[in-house]
Amino acid sequence: MTKKFSKSTLWFLGASILAYAVLEILISTQILNTFWNTIIRIGGVMAIVSIGLNLIYGFNGQFSLGQWGFYAIGAYAAADVTYRWSINKSADGLVVLFLATTLSGIVILWLRKKLANIRGLDPLSAFTIYLAATIIMSALAWWVGIAVTPAVTGALNILPAPVAMQVVFVIAVLLSAILAAEISFLFGLPILSLGSDYFGIATLGFSIIVKILLDNSDTLLGFVEMKGARGMVGIPKETSLFWVFFFLVVSVVLVRNLLRSSYGRAIISVREDEIAAKAMGIDIAEYKILAFVLGSFLAGLAGGLYAHINGFLHPNTFNFIKSFDPMIIIVFGGLGSITGTVFAAFAWALILEGVLRLFLPQGFETWRFVVYPLLLLVTMLLRPKGIFGEYEIPFLRQILPPIRKPAETPENNSTVEAQS
Amino acid sequence: MNTSPIAQLIQKIIKQGWMGKSFLLLITLLAVWRLVVALQENPILFLQQVVNGLQLGFVYALIALGYTMVYGIVRLINFAHGDVFMVGAFVSFYSITRFQLHTWAERLFPAMPDGVSLIIGALTVMAASMVACALLAVVIERIAYKPLRNAPRISALITAIGVSFFLEYFAALNFVFSPNFITYRRPIEVVTWAIGPGGITTLGGGIAPPPGTILISNIALIIILTSIILMFGLQFIVQKTRIGKAMRSVAYDKQTARLMGINTDAIISTTFAIGAALAGAAGMLYAIAFSQIFFWMGIIPGLKSFVAAVLGGIGSIPGAFIGALIMGQAEVISAAYISTPLRDAIAFSILIIVLLVRPTGIFGEPEREKA
Repeated sequence: MTKKFSKSTLWFLGASILAYAVLEILISTQILNTFWNTIIRIGGVMAIVSIGLNLIYGFNGQFSLGQWGFYAIGAYAAADVTYRWSINKSADGLVVLFLATTLSGIVILWLRKKLANIRGLDPLSAFTIYLAATIIMSALAWWVGIAVTPAVTGALNILPAPVAMQVVFVIAVLLSAILAAEISFLFGLPILSLGSDYFGIATLGFSIIVKILLDNSDTLLGFVEMKGARGMVGIPKETSLFWVFFFLVVSVVLVRNLLRSSYGRAIISVREDEIAAKAMGIDIAEYKILAFVLGSFLAGLAGGLYAHINGFLHPNTFNFIKSFDPMIIIVFGGLGSITGTVFAAFAWALILEGVLRLFLPQGFETWRFVVYPLLLLVTMLLRPKGIFGEYEIPFLRQILPPIRKPAETPENNSTVEAQS
Repeated sequence: MNTSPIAQLIQKIIKQGWMGKSFLLLITLLAVWRLVVALQENPILFLQQVVNGLQLGFVYALIALGYTMVYGIVRLINFAHGDVFMVGAFVSFYSITRFQLHTWAERLFPAMPDGVSLIIGALTVMAASMVACALLAVVIERIAYKPLRNAPRISALITAIGVSFFLEYFAALNFVFSPNFITYRRPIEVVTWAIGPGGITTLGGGIAPPPGTILISNIALIIILTSIILMFGLQFIVQKTRIGKAMRSVAYDKQTARLMGINTDAIISTTFAIGAALAGAAGMLYAIAFSQIFFWMGIIPGLKSFVAAVLGGIGSIPGAFIGALIMGQAEVISAAYISTPLRDAIAFSILIIVLLVRPTGIFGEPEREKA
């Protein structure tokens, strides 16, 4: 038997379980009140979004400001599903979302296999095909979903109510993450071929469009329960500390394992040098899309969790000004460092929402956002690479293949050794 | 090889990317069709919207110039530029209300005709906000951007966002500007003319505009005139003067420009100052046009002007101008004919579509590979 877990893995799992246990004890004994509980959960959610963005920007080098848009999509989709379940007592949202995401997911994967054989297909045409397929599948899902709903509602009602709620919640969060990933696939397909800054601007435009659509969600999109610019209320508050921690650990492990695989090395090579990566036979477009979709998946996941923290969603939360927050967090923590991202996300939540709000003297609450950019400026001026730089805790560190010793030939021996 | 004509046609469709192109064409045709219908239904209303769009577009053009110049020279998306625009509006507001700067000519030389003293006063206010913004931008550049010139580009970008937040929330403090909406006091009275086939009538005093006329206010004329003058001034500076030549050379290649004896830091500061001065003028014009200012007013116009600069091809001055006019028209016309809440979404969709068709914008040059 080989050792199943290495020492660093055990350390990581032990530390995260310990941290969770300590927090849970502190919360149950009321040392940390509800306010801090909320802030810690928001910190965890921000960590998940930022890990996703770090995958896109920090590891793959695609300057994306659209993370917040996918976060918003995830939040509203998950909230709508659980709202329909808890208020309308109907699983129609769940069923339709499930059918729509799985059907279009299957069709996208199938088309991808087919389209890979067609040489010279430009991204825009591919986008058109995928878009048409997705729209057809969503319509089909709607049609089938309405018919199937009563049966599913009945089946879920067999479970005790709290358990059914939890099941619906977790499935809703996962499905909304898949939805965000599929939308990011459709959107990223034509957009990722743009250059870095233009990609950033287009994704910024995407977040703004999403926000505007959410502002008019009740009139234009027809989701009356989202209440448009008045804000959606009545979402069950299901996101417990456990779920935040669970999904955070899962996403950290997911990204870590991805980055340790050959896929991950390909993703990083795209960041380092696209031309060199292409010369090594790496399909750049493929890996850009992969990183973008996975990053957006995490954003959607975090959005679904966020929606169920306060039980209230407002389009202003997804304002494009806020879309800089994950970007600030990853740069602050260190681009290409998961450790730094998680640390910075919690620091961001604790400092900005917690400490500054509580400890600034009366009448100085408005100084919160004056102090925050100053902190940011000072950090950027003193440590432009972020707090952690590229440091990682041992569990998350890349395993680089051992540097091959140069062949024992006398003429090039000395020069190569001097370099390594 | 399969060489049947149908297979060849399919091959051709795929190779030329016709599917994507026809998709975009379909969207464009829908929009054009909507516009043509609107034009047929009520050409006067349509023209009125175009005039309104021009007024907005010229304000955007002034802001967009600052974005495009700064991006062209240091490759930095200067997110703080929109807030410099806001500061310009506030400076003009305070120089009017606190210091009565618009009446200094009248007070010093009572014999001067009213019109002349008014123009001198308004120009002074505009000059004050331009100078204040230029100074602010130079300070920002020196403190926040210069130390990061050799750092990764993202650090400078995050710093720009930080500066933007700082300016906004600092301006929102009670003792700085104000956290509330402020009604702007115009230095110039609004006069509206109704222009139609029956000649020009001056509105005011309860006269209803005659049917079939287009309304143009003196504000719109002032905005358009000022913007054109400033734009030509900028074009002159960039193309004809020594500073402009130095700016162009720094934008082309910073290292070589430095080797040629150009003080690149001074040139970069000058670029920031000129861009900010234009934004200051735009701030005043925007405040005059919409007569309401508050500390967040810079964000959305700033963003749209930035989009305009990208649309026109970032780094290009005529591009920023054309892009801003397109943005102004797109905003007003889509608000009038397609959907009011969706007007920003439509503006950004236009951006995305233009980027897909021409990734460097309308007038942009393809990115040069830098060693």
